[in-house]
Amino acid sequence: MPLNGVRTAALARARQAENDEMEQTMAISLRESVQVISDPLNLDATVKEVFQMMLGIDCMRQPGPAIIEPESVTAVVGFGGLLSGACLFKSGSSAAIKIAEHMTGMEFTEIDDIVKDGIGELCNMLAGAWKGKVPDLASNCGLSVPAVITGRDYNLHVQAPEFKLNHTYCFGESTFEVTIVCDGLQ
Amino acid sequence: MTEIRTLIVDDSSVMRKIVERSLRQAGLQTMVVFEAATGTEGLEVLKTRQVDLILSDINMPSMDGLEFLRQIRAQNLAPGVPVVMITTESSEEHVKQAILAGARGYIRKPFTAEQVKERVLPLLNAA
Repeated sequence: MPLNGVRTAALARARQAENDEMEQTMAISLRESVQVISDPLNLDATVKEVFQMMLGIDCMRQPGPAIIEPESVTAVVGFGGLLSGACLFKSGSSAAIKIAEHMTGMEFTEIDDIVKDGIGELCNMLAGAWKGKVPDLASNCGLSVPAVITGRDYNLHVQAPEFKLNHTYCFGESTFEVTIVCDGLQ
Repeated sequence: MTEIRTLIVDDSSVMRKIVERSLRQAGLQTMVVFEAATGTEGLEVLKTRQVDLILSDINMPSMDGLEFLRQIRAQNLAPGVPVVMITTESSEEHVKQAILAGARGYIRKPFTAEQVKERVLPLLNAA
């Protein structure tokens, strides 16, 4: 699945911020902060915070991959700027429906546009809250608008990431995966 | 509190519903809500409706929230009406840009109804 589209949008947003504070941005490098940025605990704290605050759900990290049904939902929000990459959320359709129901208070029987919108927005909040945990990243990394993919039998491939975090979480009987892929760090 | 007319601008329909629900939980049960999916739509609403409160996302396609805010001021729409930005962007620089563009408040996503109450109700009481 190409990430170029979402990354382009994120780059455009980041470029505007960079132009505004060119001198400051040029002096900042995230390379020395890579240990902090790639700290797995930041992702766990982010997921718990977003699910607790926006859905009222306590979710826990669990070992192993998520139980993904044949039909799944993947949301992608691109990062651009001093860090390029993406935040991805992936779950089976039933978990996505449960999440959308918690977000909206509505009931769903299928992955419709509202469910997709909710999962995209959830991924947007995960991406924003994750980058917000590192001040230099919050200021110098833009987000794309979310893209949501639904379907069966698709794979995500990212070439040679700088680092990658891929965690599985559960709430009740439902599981989902959150992935941070960084393929460029300045 | 008298009936509050609120404009919620966000490209996500789910987020517009969540913001509305949070406002009602914050005490604005009798609120009238106008929704817009883009800054452009939001400006159109303001040309035909009087509102008491505006809440807007920042990251939106076509016209982002900061440009929406600048256009409100440039076109002298909704003078004196408090605008609160609700966004995933949380850096000091983003807050500064929003305040410079005329925002009176800033709420970072994710948020709780209590945070919405703390940031929004004082603005309505002061108006």
